[in-house]
Parts: sequence; structure tokens; C-alpha cells
Amino acid sequence: MTALRFNWITSPTLGALWMVVLSTTVAIVMSFATGDPFRPDILYSLLWGGVIGYTIGHRLGDFWGEVMGTAALSILILMGFGPLTIGAEVSLFASVFAAFALAVSFVWSAHTILDDLPHGALTRHEFEGAVIRFLTGFGYIFFTAIVLIPFYVMLMTSFKNQSELMQNPLDFSIDLSKGTELFRSYDELFTQFNFGTYLFNSFFISVLTVFITLAFAIPGAYAVARLRFRGQAAFSRSILLIYMVPMIVLALPIYIAFSMTGLRNSFWGIVMIYPVTTIPVALYMLQGYFRGLPAEIEEAGLMDGLSRLAVVWKITLPLSLPALASVSLYVFMIAWNEFLLAFMLLDDPSKFTLTRGIASLNSSEIPRQHLMAGSVIATVPIMALFLGLERFMTKGLTAGSVKG
Amino acid sequence: MTELRPPVGTGPLAKREARLAWGLLFPTITAVALVVVLPLLAIFWISFKPVELGDLRAPEVVLREDIRGDAGTVGDMPTIRYRLRNSSQDQPITGVTFTDTVPEGLVIQQLDPRCDLLERVLNCDLGDWDPGARETLTIPVTVEQAYLDNGLRPQDSPAKTTGVSSNILTNSTFTLENFARVFNGDEFIEVLWVTLFYTVFGTIGALLVGLFAALLLNKSFKGQGILRGLYLFPYVAPVIAVAFAWLILFDPFSGSANALLIQMGVTPEAINFFGERPLALIMVTVFEIWRYFPLSFLFILARMQSIDSDMYEAADMDGASPFQQFWYLSVPQLLGILSVLFLLRFIWTFNKFDDIFLLTGGNAGTRTLTVNVYEQAFAVSNIGAGAAVAVVIFGCLLTFSLFFLKYISREEGL
Repeated sequence: MTALRFNWITSPTLGALWMVVLSTTVAIVMSFATGDPFRPDILYSLLWGGVIGYTIGHRLGDFWGEVMGTAALSILILMGFGPLTIGAEVSLFASVFAAFALAVSFVWSAHTILDDLPHGALTRHEFEGAVIRFLTGFGYIFFTAIVLIPFYVMLMTSFKNQSELMQNPLDFSIDLSKGTELFRSYDELFTQFNFGTYLFNSFFISVLTVFITLAFAIPGAYAVARLRFRGQAAFSRSILLIYMVPMIVLALPIYIAFSMTGLRNSFWGIVMIYPVTTIPVALYMLQGYFRGLPAEIEEAGLMDGLSRLAVVWKITLPLSLPALASVSLYVFMIAWNEFLLAFMLLDDPSKFTLTRGIASLNSSEIPRQHLMAGSVIATVPIMALFLGLERFMTKGLTAGSVKG
Repeated sequence: MTELRPPVGTGPLAKREARLAWGLLFPTITAVALVVVLPLLAIFWISFKPVELGDLRAPEVVLREDIRGDAGTVGDMPTIRYRLRNSSQDQPITGVTFTDTVPEGLVIQQLDPRCDLLERVLNCDLGDWDPGARETLTIPVTVEQAYLDNGLRPQDSPAKTTGVSSNILTNSTFTLENFARVFNGDEFIEVLWVTLFYTVFGTIGALLVGLFAALLLNKSFKGQGILRGLYLFPYVAPVIAVAFAWLILFDPFSGSANALLIQMGVTPEAINFFGERPLALIMVTVFEIWRYFPLSFLFILARMQSIDSDMYEAADMDGASPFQQFWYLSVPQLLGILSVLFLLRFIWTFNKFDDIFLLTGGNAGTRTLTVNVYEQAFAVSNIGAGAAVAVVIFGCLLTFSLFFLKYISREEGL
């Protein structure tokens, strides 16, 4: 490692690697945006990235020098000797835009990464600082890309039609001139595939699940957290253990029992079974929160003549409203996203939940944009809820997501 | 004079408190017992039973009743016909009887020897039936005025049938066939290996990726909140939506990922990501990492933000480099949460069913134990074998959980 800690090695190496990262990124972004061929040229990337990295690391040019470097890099790309190869049929505007975007972003970010390196030998601190800045930049690009790409594909595919998709799978650009025709698959889902009903079913079942779960979990969690009784410790342990039982193991006997009692394929069967999958989570989250509340307030209430239940109702619950919100959101999310039980227990299309409805779209006769439109319909509400109430949601996730 | 002593045992107040506690817990315990404990017991029972999907419906007596011939005027002589059959083709029914009320005004001319008539109630005893047995009874009657007046037809009073059939789920036939089938040689070894690969790499991968993401966001800058929200997306979105998005993205014929790779010259022809043998398993593991890194990210970030920053300043003064600070200060601080996350995620990844089921359906060498439950029970229609796999899973989990409980009690939080 010590051999690497010289500016004349560090800055070209990081510059070259950074150029590979950026040219690949720009190529992927441009391909996904326009559908035209853009590809990174690894050798040229290493070469030009190294050269520019060296000049920036040694501060060979002033501000104008960097502007000149940016321009030179753009021109190199357009001439075909740059880190980005652009297909011949790409429009002039897209080519210039891509070349310029890559050149500007590279010079600017390389400047940030390599700026404070001194000439000659580097201390360990300076060297690792540069490497960390490089890794940070890479991390932001990497995570944003892997998270966004599947959702981007989901959304854009839902606006396309089958022939457009087959023609160029990379072309996600939207033809705005089609107007409302863009939303055809959504329209068909709601008019022909009953998605309005599914949306309502999912919503109704999830809300009911939240209420039933809270009705069971609040008294239970309070008892485990506050009241002294024999077996309390064993009880709070076993809540965790119930987490560990996989749903598929339970789903099989539940399927058999529901088949024999006629509860399969019924709304109420689902409403009965969903809360039980969420009660342990809610119990676990709530008892943690109740433990954190100061017992003195409740004791004051008891001294003033309230009964235990009145204490819970008038003191504990109002104090734990934020926790209740987190738990509700989390339970809502589990119920909304639940797939396995809905898939096994529901066969009648009029009783489908959204997830079951999407599963029924997965057949070769139904075009894929319908499948993606259905996925978007299921994703958007939970995302909106999540983004709107992120604070509660994050808290709920950290408190309860021992569950998968 | 009585001696003053502290009270011994539980006093009335403590008793009342315990009673209240059990009262509050009672609904939850009942619900959990019904839906968790009972099914678990059932799974053990079924795993020793030769049950197929078709056996779930118990054989029963199916009866149809109609009246044949003219019955419009007094003196007509129609017949009441009862058609009965055994709904099962391979289960006998014993002690088949049925009871029906003959409407007023129909006078029975001749009675089948197996039946008797009391007032207007017809009782027939048809004895024991073979699998798939059919039976037709015809009873000639004469019509009287009362029948035409009251308007009641024979079909209007539904006949009651009885019959004892042995239900495969409750009878005393037991077999070890299911387990023999499940443990059958190579297939079981492969399932175990796939489960192990998926669980170990999925868990470790999600932890490491989550750690990396947490390191990135462990500083305050503009847009940190947005990025944190964004990085949670994979976990919050419905699994079915993201699984299908992945399938479409990596489709071998019209997937964007393949188009991109071909265009960039990485591969000359399309890759069947979810259909080829070693690749499919790697892809489902990558999916698992992608979907669950937000979770470890969230936990690790929360822990990082609670570490005192003084320590890092002191280390800086002493000349520790960033990597040294990470390795010697952050990692020991994070070790607790990392090991807890590892144990929990390990168990949960082991339990995971939906993801693989949606992505590959357990094909192309991605059949884990949980997918095998479904495969045996519903694809092969052998409920007993599925239950046997479930018992194996449960055994593994019990081992993990014991280990987990022993370990977690010493760990922080959670």
C-alpha cells in the first residue's frame, strides 16, 4: 500500500477508475433515456481519466485550464476517441449532450476527489481521504442506480405497448403525442380487469387488519411491558419466537382447514388470518415502547383513583400516539404487500386483493405492460404513504422489522 | 403478641395484577394458539399421513330427487325418483341412510324393501357403499286433491342423507412414506445446498451492502433525507411488484438488461438470467440482497448516529487514518447490531418463500426448502410430503432459535 501513496500514482489511478464509473453511468443513463446506442470505452476511459486525473491532482491548470480540459474531452468523445462511444445514428443533440454531461461531471467531480492532494508522497490520511471520496461518489451512483432502475423500468413499461417493447427494449422514452393513449393499460385494468375492486379490497382488508391488530396487541403489549405476573419473561421471549415461524409452514394447515370449513375464498377468512400474522410484530414493537414510558405518570394516575384500564386509556395511549402511528403504518404495509396467503386462499376474482390480482395478470395472454401497470397501482399508494409519513415509517421499520 | 414480619407469598394486590395481565393477554394467546400453535401441531400430524390434495374433500352421499310422469290431475300415477351416488371414486361410505318428507296428497303405492314410512316421513337404509357406488330408488305414488291444492313438490323438502366415511386426515392410517420421499437422496441434498447458499450469501450480502450504504449516509448534507427515503424503496414496495419488475428487466427476449449488455458488447447473445442453472440461484440471491439491504442499512445507520463523535475527534488528533478509524472504532461499536442483524436476517432469509416463488417458481436450481413445501404440496399435489418438508424446516428453525435465544439475551436492544 505504501508504494501507492504518491500523488503521481494515486491521482491518475483514481482518475482512470472514476472515468470508467462515470462513462458507464452516462452510457446507461443515456441508453435508458433515449434507447440509442451509447457504450463506454474502457481503454479510452482509463487513458483519458488517467491523464486528466494527473493534471488535476497536480493542479497543472487553473480554472480556465479545467474549462479547456472539459471542452477538449467533449470534443474527443464526439470525434470517437473519448471514453464514451456513441452510435452513428444518434441525433446530434443527444451526442453533444452526452459528451458534455460526461466531460463536465468528470472534471468537476475529479476536482473534488483529488483537489487537496499535495505533490509527491502522500500521508496515509490524505491517500485514504481521496480513496474514500472516490468510494463515496461511486456509492451514491451505485445505490441510486440499483434502486431506481427497477422502478423506472416498471413505470415506463406500463406506458408502452407490446410492439414498442419488442422493437427496442432499451427505449423508454415516452411519446407524449399519444396523449391519454399512454394510460391505456391503466384504463383497461380498471375497466376490464376489475382493479378498482381489488384496490378497494386491499385497502379495506389492510385497514381492518390494522384495527384488529391494535385491538389485540395494545392490551397484550401493556400486560407484558407493565404488569408483573408469573411467566412474564418467558412470554416476552416467546413473542420473538413466533416471529421465527415461517408463513409457508402455517399456510399449509391453514389452507387445509379453510378448505374444509369453507372459509377459503372468502373475505372474512383473509381478515381473520392477516391480523394473526401481524399481532406478534405489533406486540413486540408496542411493548418496547410501553417499557420506555415513565411508570411514574401511570402510578400517579393509579394513586388518584383511576383503575388500570382507565390508566391505559387515559394516560398510556395518548402518550404513545406516535408509536401507535408507526405500528399502524407498519402493519398496513405488511397487510398491503402480503402475497402468499392471498395467493393460496383466494380463487374468486371478485374477492382478489391487489397482490393476488397482479399475480393473475402473470399469464402469456395478458400483455406485460398490464402487469407493470398493476405493479405501479400497487406500489404507488404504499410509496405515497411512506414518503408522506417517512418519520413514523422509519421508526416503525427500525422498531419492528426484525420481521422480514 | 404477634411478631411483625414482612408478608410472605403473593398478596391480593399482586394476584389481582396477575389476573388482569392474563385477562389482557387472553385474546392474543387464543388467537395465536389458533393460528400458530394449532397449525404447527397439524403439520406434524399431516406429515405422517398419506394425504393428497384431492383427499381434502371427504366422500359424501350426493342425492338428487325429482318426480316423473304426469301429476296434474287427481288419479295420476307418477313416480318419485331418488338418485344417489358416492362422490368419491376411491373411498367407501358406510351406513348410508336418507330421510325425506313426502308431500301431502301423494299416496305411496309400493315401498322399496329397504325403506319404511312413518306418517309421511320416508326412511331408507341403503347399507354400505363401495367407492363410486350409484343407486336409484323409484317410488310410485297416486295424486290426490290435497297435493294439487297445497302446491308442494317432492323436491321442496330437501332430503337428509347420512353416511359414515373415513376421512384420511382423521383416521388412524400413518405412514413414513412422506419423509422417505422428502429425504430421497440427491434431490434433498440439492435443496439443502441451495437453501444454505441462498441464506448465507443473501444474509451476508445484505449486511455488507447495508453497511456500505449506511457509511455513505452517515453525515448530514442536503438531500440526505431524500436519499435515505429512496434507499428504503426496495423494502417498502410490494414484493410481487418488484419481483415482476426484475423479471421484465432481465427477460431473455425483450429485457432491457440484456439489450444493454449486448449493446455494450459485454455478451454476444442474450442471457437467460432466471432460467440457467448456476445463474438463477445467484440472481435470486442478488434480488434478496437488493430487497433487504435497506433493512440492515436502517439499523446500522441508527446505531452509527448514536456513536459519540468525540471518539473520532480524539482518534483524528492521534493521527488515525479514516480506514483505521473505521476498523478500530466503528466496527467494534457496530459489532453488536451486526451480529443481531445477522442472526435475525439469517432466520428470515431461511424462511423466505415469496421472492423465489415469484422469480423462478423454484426452477433452474433455485428450489429452497420453503419452495419445496409448496412444490410438494401443490405442484405434486402431495400434501403429506409438503408437510414433511415443513417439519424439516421447523426442526432447523428450532435449532436456530435456541442458539439465537442463548445469544441474543447478551446482546443489546431488539
